[in-house]
Amino acid sequence: MSSSRIIAASELQARAERDSSARVARWMLIYILVALLLAAMSLLIGTSSLRTSLEWLRSPAALSDAVLWDIRLPRALGAWLAGALLGLGGAIAQNLFRNPLAEPYLLGSASGAALGVTVCLMAADVSLSGLAWMGELGVTGAAFVGAAAGITLTLTLCRGVLQTASLLLAGVVVAFVLGAITSLLLLRSPDTWRAMQSFLLGTTGFLGWRSAGLLALVFALCLVPAVLLARGLDALTLGEDAARSLGLPLGALRVGLLGLLSLATAAAVSQAGVVGFVGLVAPHLVRESVHVNSRQLIIAAPLCGGVLLQAADLASRWIIRPSELPVGIVTACLGGSYLVVLLWRKAQRE
Amino acid sequence: MNPTLRTARLLLVMVASLLAFQALAHEPIVLSDAAHQELRLDAPPKRIVSLLPSLTESVCELGECARLVATDRYSNWPASVQTLPKAGGLEDVQVEQIVRVKPDIVLLVHAPRLLDRLQSLGVVTFQFEAQAYPDIARNISVLGAMLGVPERAKTLNAQIEQSVTAAAAEARRRLAGRAPLVYYEVDDGPYGAGPDSFIGQELTRLGARNILTSDLGPFPKLNPEYVVRANPDVILISPAEAPNLANRPGWSEIRAVREHRVCSFPPDVRDTVIRPGPRIATGVQALADCLIRVAP
Repeated sequence: MSSSRIIAASELQARAERDSSARVARWMLIYILVALLLAAMSLLIGTSSLRTSLEWLRSPAALSDAVLWDIRLPRALGAWLAGALLGLGGAIAQNLFRNPLAEPYLLGSASGAALGVTVCLMAADVSLSGLAWMGELGVTGAAFVGAAAGITLTLTLCRGVLQTASLLLAGVVVAFVLGAITSLLLLRSPDTWRAMQSFLLGTTGFLGWRSAGLLALVFALCLVPAVLLARGLDALTLGEDAARSLGLPLGALRVGLLGLLSLATAAAVSQAGVVGFVGLVAPHLVRESVHVNSRQLIIAAPLCGGVLLQAADLASRWIIRPSELPVGIVTACLGGSYLVVLLWRKAQRE
Repeated sequence: MNPTLRTARLLLVMVASLLAFQALAHEPIVLSDAAHQELRLDAPPKRIVSLLPSLTESVCELGECARLVATDRYSNWPASVQTLPKAGGLEDVQVEQIVRVKPDIVLLVHAPRLLDRLQSLGVVTFQFEAQAYPDIARNISVLGAMLGVPERAKTLNAQIEQSVTAAAAEARRRLAGRAPLVYYEVDDGPYGAGPDSFIGQELTRLGARNILTSDLGPFPKLNPEYVVRANPDVILISPAEAPNLANRPGWSEIRAVREHRVCSFPPDVRDTVIRPGPRIATGVQALADCLIRVAP
């Protein structure tokens, strides 16, 4: 079994290497271009008509400038960054656990982050929509503690059996329990219930320059080490024994990657709420379109995740404008249908 | 609401009052609730459970507080109801608690699952509507008829109407033709109060213009950009949110935020604003004071 997997993995890798990296680069360029296109669209789409938006661009005024440059642009950028962080988290999780269904949401880390945010907000009696810098940092810190605790709990529960369904089962259990604790806390303060509910359903509405800055900082902090650690991930796909024989410090590698996963999830959740499926779908979409090694996946999955959340954000504010859908509902609908297609195709192949 | 419906409801109230008079002569009380279910009572109910703060307050203002045997957890006024058994909120009602206090009737608003459960347990229920301003007077009249105190209901409604009219007249006089553009934020989803909600209707009466339009529904979830574009003169919001408005992306450009034309109410006053009940005149007065104080 394991030898056949090693053969399969090395074959995959050989194919990935044959696939010129130019092809991967071309896809990355496509993702970036789509992101820019969506950013341009999100400048034009909002509560105003297209014509009004164009007029604003031509003849600036204080108020329209605020809408265009302080709301729509940072919102598009923030959505891209949050999606990129989730995509990065998904790429790390799927490679680290060699499990195609691993992602921040299913591993309990997103629920942990949400619980951290809830506890922090209730303790300080503030709300997410109007935090200053220190508040943002505090909330992100609390989310990080929650995310790390959630994922640790999941790993403890599944006792290191990572590839099989037990990891996901443990993750789902942890996600439910932490979600229940969050709901319990919210029930105790009915005044904040509805506002927190929209956070738990995912919300991009209040992403401003401060959020975008924080997300960008965390993205840089996560992406660079993740790329550096990617070679270790590649070795891990060959199996633990193979990785150990290459002289890799497996323990340190795992802890480092789990830390990055928690940080990425925490930042995304603290700014955009609980947005499911982006972390799951982004790495799959990348792998569907091009053969990648771990390092390429770790760069391409965030690019793809960013585009996904940007598109979901556009949809959430366009479908019932000038009201707004929670963005998590949009990603769940899109991501859920994609997962069904994925499973269906897999069943067909088998 | 269309005029036919309004007339029909007025008629309903009149019929209810008339029937209540008959009750004094030991005739059965017949009422029709918001779900058009007919209720027949041989005598005014002695043991009442109320699952909405505004209904609790109405029962008490009608002088029948002693008949309440349990309330929802949010009912906190008058002070005497705080010691009553609490049966949870409308979303998480403890059915057992309700059954245990053996109520003659349970007063509630639209909650289909709970309604089915209670009815299947043989508990008598009566459903109210509490969305729009006219619901307040209508609910008090229906409760008056139900409790056998229709005259008191009439007096209470007249008092409320008089106070609200006076507050509105005073506000319009002191605003002197200014019609401030107002955004009332219910919570930071952000959900706003539309012109067809009772809060919106009160603001309109005070001479304010709402930034929301009727087609959005009574309490819509908004794209925050909508508020910035509408550029309200005055924002009414919870005390926790008020100091942070300028931190929201783009909101520092809003006139109300720039010129500090923001009102928030302490919890006890806020209750009178957001509950469509007998203390609504206090709430309207608070809204009026706010507009007079901060409107440009």
